[in-house]
Amino acid sequence: MIFSIPLGHWVELFINFLKEHCGGFFNFINDNLDNLMGLLTSLFLVINPYILIILLVALIWFFSKRNVALWSGIGLLLIYNLSLWEAAMETLVLVICATLLALLLGLPVGILTAWSNLVHRVTMPILDFMQTMPPFVYLVPAVILLGIGRVPALLATVIFAMPPVIRLTGLGIRQVPVDFLEVAEAFGSTRAQKLLKVQLPLALPTIMAGINQCIMLSLSMVVIAAMIGAGGLGGEVLRGLQRLDIPRGFEGGLAIVILAIILDRVTQALGQKDKRKGN
Amino acid sequence: MKAKSFYWERRFTDTDKIKVQGLVKIFGSNPESALSLLDQGWGKEQILARTRQTVAVNNVNFAVREGEVFVIMGLSGSGKSTVLRCINRLVEPTRGKVFIDDEDVTAANDVRLREIRRKKVGMVFQRFALFPHRTVLDNVAYGLEIQGVERDERYARAREMLALVGLNEWEMALPDQLSGGMQQRVGLARALASDPDILLMDEAFSALDPLIRREMQNELLSLQSKVNKTIIFVTHDLDEALKIGDRIALMKDGSIVQVGTPEEILTRPADEYVAKFVEDVDVTRVLTAEDVMRPAGTVSLKDGPRVALRRMRKEGFSSIFVVTRDCKLAGLITAEEALEASESNKEDLSKVLRHDFPTATPETPLNDLIPLLAHSKFPLAVIDDQKRLLGVIVRGALLAALVRKGGMK
Repeated sequence: MIFSIPLGHWVELFINFLKEHCGGFFNFINDNLDNLMGLLTSLFLVINPYILIILLVALIWFFSKRNVALWSGIGLLLIYNLSLWEAAMETLVLVICATLLALLLGLPVGILTAWSNLVHRVTMPILDFMQTMPPFVYLVPAVILLGIGRVPALLATVIFAMPPVIRLTGLGIRQVPVDFLEVAEAFGSTRAQKLLKVQLPLALPTIMAGINQCIMLSLSMVVIAAMIGAGGLGGEVLRGLQRLDIPRGFEGGLAIVILAIILDRVTQALGQKDKRKGN
Repeated sequence: MKAKSFYWERRFTDTDKIKVQGLVKIFGSNPESALSLLDQGWGKEQILARTRQTVAVNNVNFAVREGEVFVIMGLSGSGKSTVLRCINRLVEPTRGKVFIDDEDVTAANDVRLREIRRKKVGMVFQRFALFPHRTVLDNVAYGLEIQGVERDERYARAREMLALVGLNEWEMALPDQLSGGMQQRVGLARALASDPDILLMDEAFSALDPLIRREMQNELLSLQSKVNKTIIFVTHDLDEALKIGDRIALMKDGSIVQVGTPEEILTRPADEYVAKFVEDVDVTRVLTAEDVMRPAGTVSLKDGPRVALRRMRKEGFSSIFVVTRDCKLAGLITAEEALEASESNKEDLSKVLRHDFPTATPETPLNDLIPLLAHSKFPLAVIDDQKRLLGVIVRGALLAALVRKGGMK
C-alpha cells in the first residue's frame, strides 16, 4: 500500500481538538452528572431494601398487572439475597439516567425528523452508523474526553441506546393519519398545538415502544460500560469474567436479566395502557 | 319558478357570503406550466399526458348566499372535495380567489388564515376524524381549546353543542365507543362549537349506512333551521343533494356544469351529462306541494253562500275554501251545501263549513301528497304554519305535474 487515508488520525485530531478547547465544558458535565448519579444511587441505598422492594412492587402493580408485580418482587428479593443489591441499584441508576438523557436528546431530534424530510434523510444514516458500530468503539472517545468513571459509561450508553428513541418518535409522528392533521389544520391549530395535542398523543404507543427498546439497549450496555468504570452489576460480571469466578459472573448476569425483565414488562404495560386509552 | 323563489326569500338575505372566482387547482411539480397550457385551451387529459400533472379544479366560479345550503355534487375525482378545501385553504389554490364576507381568503397571511379557520369556518369530515385519545367532550371543545378559551367556558359551550345533537349523555365516552352516526354528530358538534358562520361538510354522511344517512340528513335540516349557518355540502349522492340542497352545483372533471335549485337541475338540465345524471331520480320525492299547487280562489267568512256559489261557478269547482279576514283557512264549503244554505237563507257560512279535507305544508313531497289526495274527494289545501292558505292542489293538477316531469327524459 503506497498511500493510506489517515482516517483514524483525523478522528484523533478531532477528539484532541475537542479535549483542548472544550475541556472545561466536559469537566463541568462530568462533575455534575457524576454528582447527580451519586446522589440518586445513595437515595436508593438509603432506603431499607425491603421497604424499597415493597414500594417498587406497589408501583409495578399500579402500572402493570398483579402477576408482573409479584414476580418482580421475588426477583428483587433474590437480588438482595445474592448481596447484589448495591450493584443492582447502581446499574438501575445508570439505566434510568441513560434513558432520560436519551429521551431528552432523542425526542426533539425525532420530532425534527418527522417534520423535515431533509433532517430525516440526514439523520437516518447516522442512526444506522450508531447502531452498527460495535459498542466498544464508543468507549474510546468517552474515556479520552471524560476519563474513567460513571459519566463516560453513561455517555457511551446514551449513544448506543438513543437511536430507537429517535427512530420510533419520528415514525410514530409520521404514522399519525393525515385525517387528524387535516382536522387540526381546519380548526386553526398552530404548529405547536398540532404537535402537542394531536401528533404526540397519537404517536405515544410507538414512542413508548422506542423507550422500551432504549431501556433494553441501555441494559445490554452495562457489562461493556463496566469496562470503563460503570461498576454495578456489569462490574460484577466483568470481574467474574476476569477472574474466572463462575458463581460471581453467573449471579451478576442473572441479576441483570431480572432487572431487564422487570423494566421490559413495566414499560410495555405502560405502552399498552396508553394504547388502550388511545384507540 | 316563482313558487321556489318565494320559498327562499323567506330564508335568505340577498348577500353573498362566499364567493369563489376563477378557482384553479393543479396537483403536480410545476403548476405554472400546466396553467399556461390550460389557458391555451388544452384539456385535462392532454395536460396529464404532457406534464404528468392533474388539473383537479378548472376555473370554478360560484357564490353562496348567507344561510343557504349549497351542495357541490359530482362523481369521485370531479374535484368537489378540492374546491371545498380551497375555501379554507386546506388545499392551496393554484389560481383564483375565494372571498368570505368580501375578505380575500387567498390573500390572508398565516395568522389571519388561522383566525378565519378558528372563528368563521367549521368543517365536518367524511371519516369523522374524531381524535381517538380525547373524550367526546374534549373532541367537541377542541376548537375552543386551541383558541385558549378557559376550561369551564369551553366545556359549557361543548355541552350545549352536544345537547343540540342529542348526545349529552355521552360526553365522557371515547369516540370508538360510539356508532358511526353518533360519531358524525360529534363531528358536527365539534364544527359548531366555535359558532362559525360557515360549515364545510365533506361527504359528511357518505360513510354512514343508508338508514342512518337519511336520519342525519333530516337532522341536519332541522339543525339548520335552528342555527342558520351557510353550509357548503359536498356529496356524490344525487338524492342527498336534492334533499338538502337549496342550490346544487354539479361538477364534472374539475368544472361546474350547472348551478341551480334541485328543481332546475331536474327539469332543465344544462347538458346531456346532467340529464343522464338525473334521469333515474324519482320526481315524486323531489317535487313538493309548493311546485304543483296553484293559487286558490277563496271566499271570506263574511261573504254569504250566494257569493260562494258564484265564485265556484266562475272557477269551475264544486267546492271552495273559506278564509278568515287575515287569510287564515276557516274551512271548506261544497256547492250543494252552499245551495242549501242560500235556499234556507242561512247567511252565516261558519255554520256550514266542513273540515274533512286534506292539508299539507309547502315542503311536503309529492309522494306524500298522492295518498292524501287519493282518499279524499276534496282538493288539498296547502297552508303555512300560521294556517294561512297558500294554494290548492287538485287531483288533476298533480297528475299533470307527474306527466310533465315524466316526459322530461
